[in-house]
Amino acid sequence: MNRYLPLSILALGILAFATLMLVIAPGMQMAAHPAPAGLKPYTAQELRGRDQYVGLGCVYCHSQQPRSPDQGPDGQRGWGRPSVAGDYAYDRPHLLGTMRTGPDLLNVGVRLPSQSWHLTHLFQPRAIFGWSIMPSYPFVFEVKDRAENGDTVVRLPPGYAPPSGVVVAKPEAVDLVAYLLSLDRSYPVPPDALRDEGYAKAEGGR
Amino acid sequence: MTIGLLLALSFVVSLLALAFLIWAIATRQITLDGGAAATMFQPGEEGHPDLDGTHLYDTTGIDRISARPVAVLLGGAIVWLIVGSLFGLGASLKLHWPDWLTHYAPLTFGRMRTLHLNLVAYGWLSQAGVAAMMWILPRIFHTPLRSPRLPLIGAALWNVAVAAGAAAIASGWTDGEEWLEIPWQIDGLLALAGVFFVVPLVKTARARTVHHIYVTGWYFLAAMVWFPVLFVVANLPGIHYGTEEATTNWWFAHNVLGLWLTPLGVGTAYYLIPKIIGKPIFSYSVSLLGFWGLALFYSQVGIHHLIGGPIPTWLVTLSVVHSVMMFIPVIAVAINQHVTVARNLWALRESLPLRFIVFGAVSYTLASFQGSVEALRSVNTITHFTQYTVGHAHLGAYAFVTLVMFGAAYHILPRLTGRDFAHPGLIRAHFWLVAAGFAIYFVSLSVGGILQGLAMLDATRPFSDSVILTKPYLEARSVGGALMTLGHLLFAINVIGIALPRRADAVTPVAAE
Repeated sequence: MNRYLPLSILALGILAFATLMLVIAPGMQMAAHPAPAGLKPYTAQELRGRDQYVGLGCVYCHSQQPRSPDQGPDGQRGWGRPSVAGDYAYDRPHLLGTMRTGPDLLNVGVRLPSQSWHLTHLFQPRAIFGWSIMPSYPFVFEVKDRAENGDTVVRLPPGYAPPSGVVVAKPEAVDLVAYLLSLDRSYPVPPDALRDEGYAKAEGGR
Repeated sequence: MTIGLLLALSFVVSLLALAFLIWAIATRQITLDGGAAATMFQPGEEGHPDLDGTHLYDTTGIDRISARPVAVLLGGAIVWLIVGSLFGLGASLKLHWPDWLTHYAPLTFGRMRTLHLNLVAYGWLSQAGVAAMMWILPRIFHTPLRSPRLPLIGAALWNVAVAAGAAAIASGWTDGEEWLEIPWQIDGLLALAGVFFVVPLVKTARARTVHHIYVTGWYFLAAMVWFPVLFVVANLPGIHYGTEEATTNWWFAHNVLGLWLTPLGVGTAYYLIPKIIGKPIFSYSVSLLGFWGLALFYSQVGIHHLIGGPIPTWLVTLSVVHSVMMFIPVIAVAINQHVTVARNLWALRESLPLRFIVFGAVSYTLASFQGSVEALRSVNTITHFTQYTVGHAHLGAYAFVTLVMFGAAYHILPRLTGRDFAHPGLIRAHFWLVAAGFAIYFVSLSVGGILQGLAMLDATRPFSDSVILTKPYLEARSVGGALMTLGHLLFAINVIGIALPRRADAVTPVAAE
């Protein structure tokens, strides 16, 4: 350990090996699987909403990767079937997430298909769930004296509505909800789907 | 079939490399003895503890050259530490006060949390670590820092980039992946700044007057190779998408800790523990095992963040296996550092910097053990997706690396300015505030996280249970976080106090410049 160059080269070699194993090999394996037939690309509006989701950091509280029944009751909670690699073919950046401060959202469009519900929830989560710790997002809404043509009015229970006027969704909020409603991976799993089988494999697969 | 082979291959390669290393040490192919361990001392230093208030003046002229770059880097680091801590505390409070500060998008939880992470990771930890490298490497190489003006340019670029990154995140412009939020256009500036740090250090390494490179040098030199490669590869735009991007994301995010912040922290502790005590470390050849073991195993652990996810099983298994193998290098470092301290417990009473560093070194051992266990599928099923993970991350990045950097700053600053700290009581208060604050933080998130995980796994309980039961633990975390932030303010006051010359000694010419 007396020479600088061999030390650096060996250190770099080990990192290159790790990169081969963790990035290149799995990347090639996953890229070889085409997008599932049931998966639709996002529309322009859904992509704008996705940018809102990314920019506001929703991913830090919501995962988008339901686990298999051997790992957790995600399916029983209505979060959807275990997701597979192909389900994310159009996702850039990926939003798999590592936290469930709130529920998993990969199939929230199936579970909660109402635009009105989502707008109310984004404006004030506690208007729907008293126990919720989700932030409210008043800055993607505005309060107007009365709704104009084309305005999307947010319905609020008593006690949460402003003293006068109506709450109207800004385009950002409408786009974000369009993205949430597009989250639907309920089509059948492709036969060659990839996912971490974990304990399921030892018990003979799904 | 081929995948099983790949998996086996990777593991066998790592094991063979380790076996070869042990053989090489055992048969003295590589000789590392106490003499090599003592090369970190200047002539006459060995046997003399380097405690507060002594050895303040540099006789070799080496420290004087490094002083200005180190001061600039530390100053920038401390600014980001304070700002980053305030965002962290704010994010923590928002988790149990969800209707507090909701009218501005930059103050929403998702942005404040992200500002916290990026400011402390790139603004504070990386910059403090580079400052430690600039101070320590010239000392172990027994030669002054080469091109000492380049790091000043680097520090300016780095701080501009961190500020620009923060502004981008606050305004919602983000790359959207954890640890990689700063837009790649700004990351280019960080990479450029890195060149200005690496070039002088490599030149110094090549110009060294000692034959042997001390263990701290292995960690620092390797980190200087690893981090730029990781950072540039992970930030190249438009290569990966979907789940491929997720594996790249966690390959990077975990290696930031393993191959950048960990070498900075371990390397600094490896220098400062024996330096302060005045005796070489316990078993120098074991340190070889700790270093190469870290390189071989830590580099492949990242995918344990995706256990149970939509990625190939073999890949997850590979990372789980390597996570468990991390016990080997961690125990090696633990033997070296903890035994050296345990034989010289008197020094903890005498030296305040050593207290921070030893707290950090012990936290490295604990964080790594915890990480290895947490990566087991059975344990991960409970802790994954919960606040437990946040507690673990802070045991590594805070209790280990940050505490070592506090100790390093307290050791370096008197030697850099030629003055001693005026109020050691404030340093003690800093230590106890962050120690107590962290204990509250860690215990509440660990217990709360496990309960949260168990609630989520119980199909008979609604999801709301996992939210409601976590609230008191989140409140306790904010209390801990507030104490830690208060400690950081004391740290900043201490540093300002020593940086501004007091009226009494303004007349005496000081060693620097």
